Amino acid sequence: MSTTIHQLSLFLENRSGAINEICQALKENNISIRTLSLADTEQFGILRLLVKEWEKARDILSTAGFVVRETNVTALTVEDRPGGLADILDALAKHGVNVEYMYAFTFGEGNKAIMVFRFADHEKAIAALEAEKIDTVKEIDLFR
Amino acid sequence: MSEIQIWDVPAETMPREELRKLQLKRLHECVARASRVGFYREKFAKNGITANSIKSLDDLKRLPFTVKNDLRANYPFGMLAVPKSDLVRIHASSGTTGKPTLCGYTARDLDNWANLCARFLTAGGLRKEHTAQVSFGYGLFTGGFGLHYGIEKIGCAVIPISSGNSARQLLMLQDAAPDALISTPSYALNLAEALHEAGIAPGSLNLKMAFFGGEAWTEDMRHEIERSMGIMVYNNYGLSEVLGPGVSGECQCRTGMHIQEDHFLFECINPETEEPVAEGEQGELVITALTREAMPIIRYRTRDLAILDCSPCPCGRTTMRMGRVYGRTDDMMIIRGVNVFPSQIEEALLKVGGTAPHYLIELSRPKNTDRAVVKVEMRAQDFSDQMSELQALKQRIDREIRSMTGLHFDIELVAPNTLERSLGKAKRVVDMRNLKD
Repeated sequence: MSTTIHQLSLFLENRSGAINEICQALKENNISIRTLSLADTEQFGILRLLVKEWEKARDILSTAGFVVRETNVTALTVEDRPGGLADILDALAKHGVNVEYMYAFTFGEGNKAIMVFRFADHEKAIAALEAEKIDTVKEIDLFR
Repeated sequence: MSEIQIWDVPAETMPREELRKLQLKRLHECVARASRVGFYREKFAKNGITANSIKSLDDLKRLPFTVKNDLRANYPFGMLAVPKSDLVRIHASSGTTGKPTLCGYTARDLDNWANLCARFLTAGGLRKEHTAQVSFGYGLFTGGFGLHYGIEKIGCAVIPISSGNSARQLLMLQDAAPDALISTPSYALNLAEALHEAGIAPGSLNLKMAFFGGEAWTEDMRHEIERSMGIMVYNNYGLSEVLGPGVSGECQCRTGMHIQEDHFLFECINPETEEPVAEGEQGELVITALTREAMPIIRYRTRDLAILDCSPCPCGRTTMRMGRVYGRTDDMMIIRGVNVFPSQIEEALLKVGGTAPHYLIELSRPKNTDRAVVKVEMRAQDFSDQMSELQALKQRIDREIRSMTGLHFDIELVAPNTLERSLGKAKRVVDMRNLKD
């Protein structure tokens, strides 16, 4: 079972309607967005999307003229208690794993907090998570 | 208007017939000097031209044109007619791509140059007892040093402040009290605004006149600067390929820029047919530098469009005048006084990405200072999911463009297929500066 989640990253110009164009393209193809995160500067941004049919979405968006690429990310369940995230980051730091960026959303029964991580070194991070016995959220579970 | 003075009375008021004789003699010498340059020697041989075959000024038509690319192909010193050891100065002008073109000067070239600048400065009213602030850049650009020595030639005090640092410029304008300002017109507008913001009344300054060159500007800008600063403003023209500033300049009558015809032979041609245009019609200026020792330049295609005027001027000078340059026959841009070609931007982008993406150059003039933006379409191969890498991409582009042109461009990454394309040929430049009358 893969611990890798395929995230789509899109280049966005910072102008009104830019995100909507992407959402419309997905809507027309009946693709649902599980979650998204936006990193932006004054002039442009990067939209990060988690969708179930990522390959189909990638092809649709690419054909529609968007610059899109897939990025391997990892999803972890974070316990809803003080130190829930700190413990995970602590364990990763022990193995020298760097986080490029991360974002959170709640999902499923009991509104579990899920954090999506983009690691500087994906393989190294996976090994570290295994060593520390931290369970990752499988792609299949994320889109149930 | 101060009393009319002429720096070099014999040269500037020479009867036309005598002037033509002098031009012919100097053309003859110029062709002889040019024969020492491999590039010209080959061209002359092909067309059976020798110095002795130049019998009248009409023979000029038999001589080959020189274009920017010829100078580039002979980089760095292939156009020299003297040993490099005879040079006392080297300036440079930007090339269409990559390397600049170098311009060498002998001691005599520099002396001629200083005198030619002294001519137009005197024509505008600069006198020995005055002080002049040179706010042109000092460096490879010919503007700063060219004017500097012309001012010294007259015997004026020079404030060699160079360009930039408005606060210090204002300080000098107030405390060193120059009578004249030398700059690009856009920089003067910038200073006028800085004065206003600092609450300094232009009338409290000693400034009386300004000499502008280095970029295209309009009569509207002249009126604006004269009104806001309470000074008289004079236009001058030159290009480093044939000398630098001092090729022509306005007198106090301001009926066009007097061409220093004893040093430069001007033609005005239709750029397509290469035939002379009728008198008073717009055309491309073609210049032969009659007296350049280090780099004789024959029939240089300036790509500048202007009108020549042979009617007499009330100032008493007998020289022909040229109207302001109203455009170019190529795509060269002048940004903050620096010549830039779109091909340079393309080359910089090529260096960064391997292949050049679609791009558009946008020029504007907020607050009277040129702003240059390059919009670059994002491509899948350049795109990264990391913000830091996209910022680094912008920095790499900025760095390459800066090393190619010496100028900072704001880089904007835009979505694919958003920049205008027309009839297959990409539009590369949008100039919103309103530089035409």
